[in-house]
Amino acid sequence: MAKYPDNLQYTKDHEWLKIEGDLGRAGITEFAQEALGDIVYVELPKIGEKFSAGEPFGSVESVKSVNEIFIPVSGEVVEINEVLADSPELVNEDPYGKGWMIRFRITDSSEVDSLLSSSEYEDFISEQEH
Amino acid sequence: MRYIPNSAHERELMLRDMGVESIDYLFRGIPAHLQLKGPLKLTPALSESETLDYFHSLAARNVIHAQEASFLGAGAYDHFIPTVIDTLISRAEFLTSYTPYQPEISQGTLQAIFEYQTMICELTGMDVSNASLYDGSTATAEAVLMAVRVTGRSKIALAANLHPEYREVVDTYIHHAGITEQTIPSDPVTGTLKPEALADLGNDVAALVIQSPNFFGGIESLQALADAAHEAGALLVVVVPEAMSLGILKAPGQCGADIVCGEAQSFGIPTSFGGAYCGFFAVREKYQRQIPGRLVGQAFDGEGRKGYVLTLATREQHIRREKATSNICTNQGLYALMATVYLSLLGRKGLQEVAEQNVQKAHYAAKQIAALGGYKLRFTAPFFNEFVVTCPKPAREILDRLARQKIIGGLPLARFFPRMENELLVCVTETTTRQEVDSFTDTLKRISEDTEF
Repeated sequence: MAKYPDNLQYTKDHEWLKIEGDLGRAGITEFAQEALGDIVYVELPKIGEKFSAGEPFGSVESVKSVNEIFIPVSGEVVEINEVLADSPELVNEDPYGKGWMIRFRITDSSEVDSLLSSSEYEDFISEQEH
Repeated sequence: MRYIPNSAHERELMLRDMGVESIDYLFRGIPAHLQLKGPLKLTPALSESETLDYFHSLAARNVIHAQEASFLGAGAYDHFIPTVIDTLISRAEFLTSYTPYQPEISQGTLQAIFEYQTMICELTGMDVSNASLYDGSTATAEAVLMAVRVTGRSKIALAANLHPEYREVVDTYIHHAGITEQTIPSDPVTGTLKPEALADLGNDVAALVIQSPNFFGGIESLQALADAAHEAGALLVVVVPEAMSLGILKAPGQCGADIVCGEAQSFGIPTSFGGAYCGFFAVREKYQRQIPGRLVGQAFDGEGRKGYVLTLATREQHIRREKATSNICTNQGLYALMATVYLSLLGRKGLQEVAEQNVQKAHYAAKQIAALGGYKLRFTAPFFNEFVVTCPKPAREILDRLARQKIIGGLPLARFFPRMENELLVCVTETTTRQEVDSFTDTLKRISEDTEF
């Protein structure tokens, strides 16, 4: 899979968003999983919880750090990836596929416009690395 | 690692190596007007023999068991402490070692803590124990905070017969944390909580916090209380100030407890006028990421050898900061070790024997006292090693008269419950002799008969 698939949108906090009708699916990017190292635990919200764009919806733990994950656009959680409870390493192995984290109902689709495209995100990262 | 202070010569060598004239140069960043001029105002140094005399005179102000019989309990228990405990914990590797942050050089310390955690799990019937907290009272407060985190609710229900000082500490912790409390009354006849009293436990309660044996010595019906708590969606926190009771009573973990916490002082730690003590804290596996305090885990190194290491550190302050499970960043290492040595020495069977002696002696004493005219047992619930006696006169008066016979009769409950003027909380452990009990009973009899002696 490409490092930053172009069918996804990205945030500057290294989350990705996939539009699925009026639902959104989110997780963390290849860049994030690599920076974090081995992930040992993923804390996810409960179904029904609502978040505004940019609010933390959970956290990702490696052996020595904890990092919050922020929702790309406002929404209400309808599904969480329960497999991650026993297999957090899926986030490292397949961040855009099996490592997905939440699915939520998008409450304001106009917010999607402020997200980054694959190339914009890639530019953003290379700027960061300098 | 040993601590050896630097000699004047070594300090000189260091300064020369740094290319610095005097040590004052190193403090040049401190404004002149703030620098100390001249020596600190301290009393002159004492010689070794003067120091020993000073401490002996202080110690002479203490009363020890050998001098007087004591029937005091109420959260600090007089149990026999095998001499070998002191010998083992006085080893420099244990006595002066610091926190085992570097597992490469701390396997001994880590393993000892791991053994402690394992024993606490076995005694409480729970899955995960931490490396110890300050004492039973703060352990209770931490249990409350954890229940609030886990459930997302902000109210707690506290048993009225919880140790009043534990309750005070909990109140201090929750005072500014936006957590409110309700009190569950105890039955005036049994002294324990009646499950019916929990009928109106709301869906806003994070935890039901109970003590067993309770402050009055009575044993609570844990399973029924667990059921009531769980029905309301609350956690059951069982607080155990007298850890010795775990040597004979059914493990709280087998009765539905979600958190079991308390005081390990009874396991080889002297009463020490109230501290330092050793709080224990154990939870069900599903809550292990919410547990406060240090955790030692067993793992394998790069070469496949078994070893021990501090683990799940992401719960802690130095990583999660204000979102940590607690602000504690320590444990009672030496005291947990004393408890571990004690439990290892006694073993399962020995601990049970000690606990049985407590039960037998306390019940013998209770029976003798209840047979006296004018005295009766205040509550009807079964007890471990403590019970409440209603006296014919105010308890404080009885205690004064007992003191003249060099007997510390127990705790006057009016100290915490003003309306219980005539009530005395009596504790009998395996260290109490039959003679002491008989002398106690005999003196109580004579006090009630107003016999002059």
